[in-house]
Amino acid sequence: MPRLSAWFVRTALLYLGLGFTFGGLLLANKGVPLHPLTWRLLPAHIEFLLFGWTLQLVFGVAFWILPRWQTQRGDVRPAWVALLLVNTGIWLVVLTAWLNWPAWVLPGGRLLEAAAVIAFAVHAWPRIKPWMETTD
Amino acid sequence: MPPITRLFVKTSLLYLVAAFGAGVLLALRPLLPLPAFVAGLSPVYFHLFMVGWVMQIIVGVAYWMFPKWSKLLPRGHDGLALATYALLNVGLLLRVIAEPAQTVSAWPGWGWLIVLAATLQWLAGLAFIANTWPRVKEK
Ligand code: HEM
Repeated sequence: MPRLSAWFVRTALLYLGLGFTFGGLLLANKGVPLHPLTWRLLPAHIEFLLFGWTLQLVFGVAFWILPRWQTQRGDVRPAWVALLLVNTGIWLVVLTAWLNWPAWVLPGGRLLEAAAVIAFAVHAWPRIKPWMETTD
Repeated sequence: MPPITRLFVKTSLLYLVAAFGAGVLLALRPLLPLPAFVAGLSPVYFHLFMVGWVMQIIVGVAYWMFPKWSKLLPRGHDGLALATYALLNVGLLLRVIAEPAQTVSAWPGWGWLIVLAATLQWLAGLAFIANTWPRVKEK
């Protein structure tokens, strides 16, 4: 797989490890209370598994397997930007929840996540051929 | 499609049906006198989708399609893949039973079964990561 896909997928696997660890702690804590602070892991659990893991895995695999022009994947820069934006966004959202950062940082993080999706779409759009074009 | 992938994919589809079933039960709750444990199904409902279906189909397809690890171990250790399957499913099924049960029963054993469910699913995640990490490589 191409370098960017390896970055997306490895990062996704790291988030999977963290997200499952936090999920395991949250669930265990529901069974046998460990500590009231355990619930503070919930926002990170959600963010890490939905966006860190699932979304980045999809980006990584899409970048790898969407149709190419001969060997070229078109303009790869927006896809690299997506990697940067989504990870910054995730951590802004999670750290705001943990460190009581100013309230506007949270929507800022979400905005970066949205911008990441737009950046990835800008990359991927031309690789998905128009309806009427013949395919090979 | 390798047999291990078939196992994951077929099981994931069963969870998809189960998730919609849980959704139907939750939606019927205001209308019918359903047993009290149904109210405790809402985290289960979501995780049947995300762990039972999405995660499981990803694990199965990644095992099948990711770059080969080596000539000797093209798809990693099959024992680890099967362990992922067993841990994920026993863990999730335990959660499906014990998490709602705990909301309606005072038996302390449910709490410990939930801890076991958490541990098994966590180990499933680790087993999958261990078997997949070396297959993620540039070419
Ligand atoms: C891809 C996998 C997963 C995703 C996307 C995911 C996502 C979520 C989301 C969105 C919530 C919030 C739901 C709500 O507030 O109703 C949640 C809650 C939770 N998750 Fe997960 N999760 C995943 C896997 C896991 C695993 C493997 C475990 C345990 C081993 C776990 C344990 C929990 C617990 C205990 C809660 C709190 C439930 C409650 O509110 O009582 N999750 N998860």
